Amino acid sequence: MIKSFGKYVLMLYYIFLKPEKFSVYWKRFLDEVIQLGVKSLFIVSLMSAFMGAVLVIQTATAIESAWIPDYTVGFTVKQSMLLEFCPTIISLILAGKVGSNIASELGTMKVTEQIDALEVMGVNSIGFLIGPKIIASLFIFPIVIMYSIFFGFLGGGLVCYFTEIIPVKQYILGIRAFSEDNFIFIRYALTKTIVFAFLITSISSYFGYYLKGGALEVGKASTNAVVYSSIFILFANYILTQLMLI
Amino acid sequence: MIRVKNIFKSFSGIEILKDISFEFEKGKTNLIIGKSGSGKSVLTKCIVGLFEPDKGEVFYNDRNFLKLKPKEKKEVRKEIGMLFQGSALFDSFSVEENVAFPLRMFTQMTNAEISERVNFCLKRVDIINKNSLYPSELSGGMQKRVAIARAISMQPKYLFCDEPNSGLDPVTAILIDELIKEITVEYQMTTIVITHDMNSVLEIGDNILFIDDGIKKWEGNKDEILNVKVKELYDFVYVSKFLEKMKS
Repeated sequence: MIKSFGKYVLMLYYIFLKPEKFSVYWKRFLDEVIQLGVKSLFIVSLMSAFMGAVLVIQTATAIESAWIPDYTVGFTVKQSMLLEFCPTIISLILAGKVGSNIASELGTMKVTEQIDALEVMGVNSIGFLIGPKIIASLFIFPIVIMYSIFFGFLGGGLVCYFTEIIPVKQYILGIRAFSEDNFIFIRYALTKTIVFAFLITSISSYFGYYLKGGALEVGKASTNAVVYSSIFILFANYILTQLMLI
Repeated sequence: MIRVKNIFKSFSGIEILKDISFEFEKGKTNLIIGKSGSGKSVLTKCIVGLFEPDKGEVFYNDRNFLKLKPKEKKEVRKEIGMLFQGSALFDSFSVEENVAFPLRMFTQMTNAEISERVNFCLKRVDIINKNSLYPSELSGGMQKRVAIARAISMQPKYLFCDEPNSGLDPVTAILIDELIKEITVEYQMTTIVITHDMNSVLEIGDNILFIDDGIKKWEGNKDEILNVKVKELYDFVYVSKFLEKMKS
């Protein structure tokens, strides 16, 4: 356990060593932005829209009372999406999609000696392979989460429009209600996302990069990457919530 | 020239290399031969710095590699080209990008100069009009040749080849062997080839180191190896009845 943590810390140290050539790393960064972020947009928008839609239906049916105004549904959806669903649930989904992808990519490179080839050339393989992934995720994941929040609200709005479960105007009113706290909530959501992005990419990279064995171990590394990333996301979620919201 | 002196290496208490010393000469193809699991690859990885020996020294000309600072080691590594057993081409890069990679990473060459150098290297290994293909679209022999092109793109002083003809048909294997021999002489490199293929040994073995169970058992050249008296090497060379018959 301590040895693994030591290796993980050492890996993080190598990431921040001076790059051999900035232009090559920049290109890698842009590739990773596309790979980790842009290619996740479809699944994120789909998940978020449906989450928003379901949340509207569930909330509207749960608070069917003449004493509670309709806009409460919109407000509840906003709070849930902003505080928990988009940053945490979408990050867990990204841990599955991106995390397994990173671990299997690096694991395969390890098994097929591509990482050894980089080392023999004199390239800092950790810095070259993992560094751009982490920096790209720190940059793109907050954008993905903002995009997710937008689609979540949109999904909820579409349900209101098509089912008339509550009037769309009331839904929008709820979304816009008590907006003085919005900045704090958005800051909280984005801070969580940045921490989760770091955990997903660094933990998954660790399992891929330090893999030993063959094809079977690539599968195991991929599974471990998802499991450990998810556990640490949940753990970090609790700590950050305690620190930032209380 | 590369010189290794009294190299010891163990993993989890099991000794893999026991007191190996040898001099790999410049402009010659130096072979490390031995059975599977004898320690050939471990020795090579100790020489290139992928493993750190428990004891011993590795000299690149007069530079004691193990005592160099990380920055100085990097400089030595820029002089090394390596052909891995499975080619180790980068899957996400095309043929051209693979060969250009070290040039982009370590030189200030312009795109036009890089392109010219890449085409020269690819032509040298007889890969023409395949620049835009990806490694998965190439045959095993072609992948090996592209990997050789990548290894020589920086005009290395030292070339390491880990079982360059494993998994290849005999004709392609001989072509790869001949290519390695030719470029070694052409660029006056110190080439180290790990193999257990007797065809390669007899074809290109200018200098041969035989390792058995991590111990250096014999050194010589391709002309001497057929008349060897060392039992382990004799068993290795004449493993096939056909060769033994030919000898007698």
